[in-house]
Amino acid sequence: MIDWLDPLLLARWQFGLTTLYHFLFVPLTIGMSLLVAILQTAWYNTGKVHYLHLTRLFGKIFLINFAIGVVTGITQEFQFGMNWSEYSRFVGDVFGAPLAMEGLFAFFLEATFIGVWIFGWDKLSARMHLASIWLTTAAVSLSAYFIIAANSWMQNPVGYELNPETGRAELNDIGAVLFNPIALNAFPHTIVASIMFAGTVMVAVAAYHLSKGNHIDTMRSALKFGAFANIIAFAGTFLTGDGLSLAMTIAQPMKMAAAEALYETTSSASFSIFSWGTPDGSSEIFSLRIPALLSLLSTHTLNGTVEGLNDLQAQYSDLYGVGDYMPIIWLTYWSFRWMIGLGIFAALVSTAVLWVTRAGRRQAAWIWKVAMWTAPIPMLASLVGWTFAEMGRQPWLVFGLMKTEDGVSPYVTGWEVLTSLVVFTLIYGVLAVIEYRLIIKAAKEGPDEWAELGDRKTIDPAKLATVY
Amino acid sequence: MDLNYLWFGIVGFLFIGYFILDGFDFGVGMSLPFVTRNDQERRVVINTIGPIWDLNETWVIVGGASLFAAFPLWYATLFSGFYLALLLILASLILRGVSFEYRHKGHGAKWTGLFDTFIMIGSVVPALLWGVAFANIIQGVPIDADGNFTGNLLTLLNPYGLLGGVVTLALFFMHGLIYLALKTTGEIRERARSLATIVGLVAVPVGGGWLLWTVLQHVTIAHVGFIIAFAGLTALALVAAIIMVRLGRDGSAFIAMALTIAFALLTILSALFPNVMPSSTDPSYSLTIENASSSPYTLTVMTWVAAFAMPLVLAYQGWTFWVFRKRVTREMIPVS
Repeated sequence: MIDWLDPLLLARWQFGLTTLYHFLFVPLTIGMSLLVAILQTAWYNTGKVHYLHLTRLFGKIFLINFAIGVVTGITQEFQFGMNWSEYSRFVGDVFGAPLAMEGLFAFFLEATFIGVWIFGWDKLSARMHLASIWLTTAAVSLSAYFIIAANSWMQNPVGYELNPETGRAELNDIGAVLFNPIALNAFPHTIVASIMFAGTVMVAVAAYHLSKGNHIDTMRSALKFGAFANIIAFAGTFLTGDGLSLAMTIAQPMKMAAAEALYETTSSASFSIFSWGTPDGSSEIFSLRIPALLSLLSTHTLNGTVEGLNDLQAQYSDLYGVGDYMPIIWLTYWSFRWMIGLGIFAALVSTAVLWVTRAGRRQAAWIWKVAMWTAPIPMLASLVGWTFAEMGRQPWLVFGLMKTEDGVSPYVTGWEVLTSLVVFTLIYGVLAVIEYRLIIKAAKEGPDEWAELGDRKTIDPAKLATVY
Repeated sequence: MDLNYLWFGIVGFLFIGYFILDGFDFGVGMSLPFVTRNDQERRVVINTIGPIWDLNETWVIVGGASLFAAFPLWYATLFSGFYLALLLILASLILRGVSFEYRHKGHGAKWTGLFDTFIMIGSVVPALLWGVAFANIIQGVPIDADGNFTGNLLTLLNPYGLLGGVVTLALFFMHGLIYLALKTTGEIRERARSLATIVGLVAVPVGGGWLLWTVLQHVTIAHVGFIIAFAGLTALALVAAIIMVRLGRDGSAFIAMALTIAFALLTILSALFPNVMPSSTDPSYSLTIENASSSPYTLTVMTWVAAFAMPLVLAYQGWTFWVFRKRVTREMIPVS
């Protein structure tokens, strides 16, 4: 019988829900800020007005998304202390530093220059205004770096020592924390995956207008730009994912074994694209396998040995004491596959879009529909990817140092956590509906001003003024 | 000097910055039903903080993160202990933040009215609860030997804490009204000025009473002189702000009001020193600047970070305020 007022269970659900919810918005913010900055640069350099239209249109979508990303980020910052006070005490010395650095170096910068960019169209020179979107883009990515460095420390704790007097982890090498091999690989992986999402959103918006026969030339250019961004970013996601799985195999072999549900240590291990097991998961009925691929992913050799779950379980029991050290295998197995599969699917759709519309071809009603429905696919890939990264670390909160069950706030009651879980679910649910509608509305309307604005030299900045 | 003490100052500085900056955002949000008569006027009022509310609010995120990095035990006890109060603050900040963005993107007056209500509630609740929280921190709350808060939400709702909440509510309301006087023209400015005087006349006895209560609670500690001095400066700055509003000197009034908030926070910090969260269960369980802080290595790293980042932050944020220095007028709001 599950205890529905168990603070640990509720706190875990709350962290999972609020974090994944926050991450509905983060990838679009990261990816779209870059694409908008590139579009505005194209306008600045060429003076062609359709680049301005696209900058304004996708800038609007970026902003609707940005506001909710910021406010749900505050929940993240507070939540460690509220629900995970034992964790905060144990790791604050190490984990707090990258969070504070994020605030001081990155978050201030993005919060300031996003305001300057939105409201500064008629108040700054074109050059300064362009600089403000690039500063926002840079700050958004820098922000992601520090957060991922903090998360990577939970995956692969480095640069610390345990203080025997206080029982707390204490920082002794900030360089090791900031240049954690997991962070160095997870950061570019997150960024390029985010660009994929921005790319499919841009393609979807362009496909909608092209299907209606609106703004053909402008939207063709958006379609191409979005699709290329998506495909290039997919190549990046593939390469960085490869680097990340190598680093992960070294730091967290259990997670890699769980990704494949590999129970026995195997050399020249195959990778299953699909498998069907007995209900208890102990043996396999059917699977479709690529020989040696798991060894290739984990060791970069075809005959490398990949440690299996059972061996690792035995090792960890010796090392950390008797216990269950396996994550939930079906969850890690399938989230890993869905992440890869969804990413590949999005890139294939972008390729198809470019192929079907090559050299000005337009008779392609079906491709517009497919392109529109593909918009959220990379976002789903990011969500299952993070689900894999976080659930694959279980039962650990900090790998090898602290279990999840030991990190929860001891005096916060189940009722309190339940209250906040309900409050967040309600607010977040309503906001998600509003958010979705507003983005769809903005996308369908297109830019506010399709009227002739003139080129960069003759444009009247007052016409671009923005107010709430 | 130990870096712990420096970081007590830095965290204090970040919260002073937060309360001065987001303080007027709260006040502006609260003033909506009082100084505006129609949607165009409401848009004028909201646009006075449009470009900057986000950067203002970021100060609390950076303040919280710096607390986590420099005083993890303080962060852990405070955030898990003041659970429901912080939940209310969070929900308010979330609703208020998205409302600025959403209110004019909808369909008709009902939609806009709903989000205006969120802006007002989202401003009143944090303005009140921050005061309740800080008053309780200095008064002391039940904390056990392991540093865990053992009370609940009702523990925080005591007369001294609630009065502290009313004080911050009044101060932020007045701060927002003075900011509006500085950033608008015509009727809105006149209404903001008259209301600021009225709120000011309420704030003086309420704030004065709370300051006196604070001093009386701490008469036995050695550095009570500092507490009295800061409390006195708070009261002086508040009176100066009221006089400046009456004289129509909006800029001076705003500076005086910012100083009022800064001195009020300094009163709180000096009453707290050298504790960060005194325990009402047993003084020996209190969290202090010494026992709640990070290791010297972490504090050294963070000191370099702050020394490098803070001047830059202050410079570009100052520049931003300068870019948006003009008063917001009705003519700037397009007819919708």
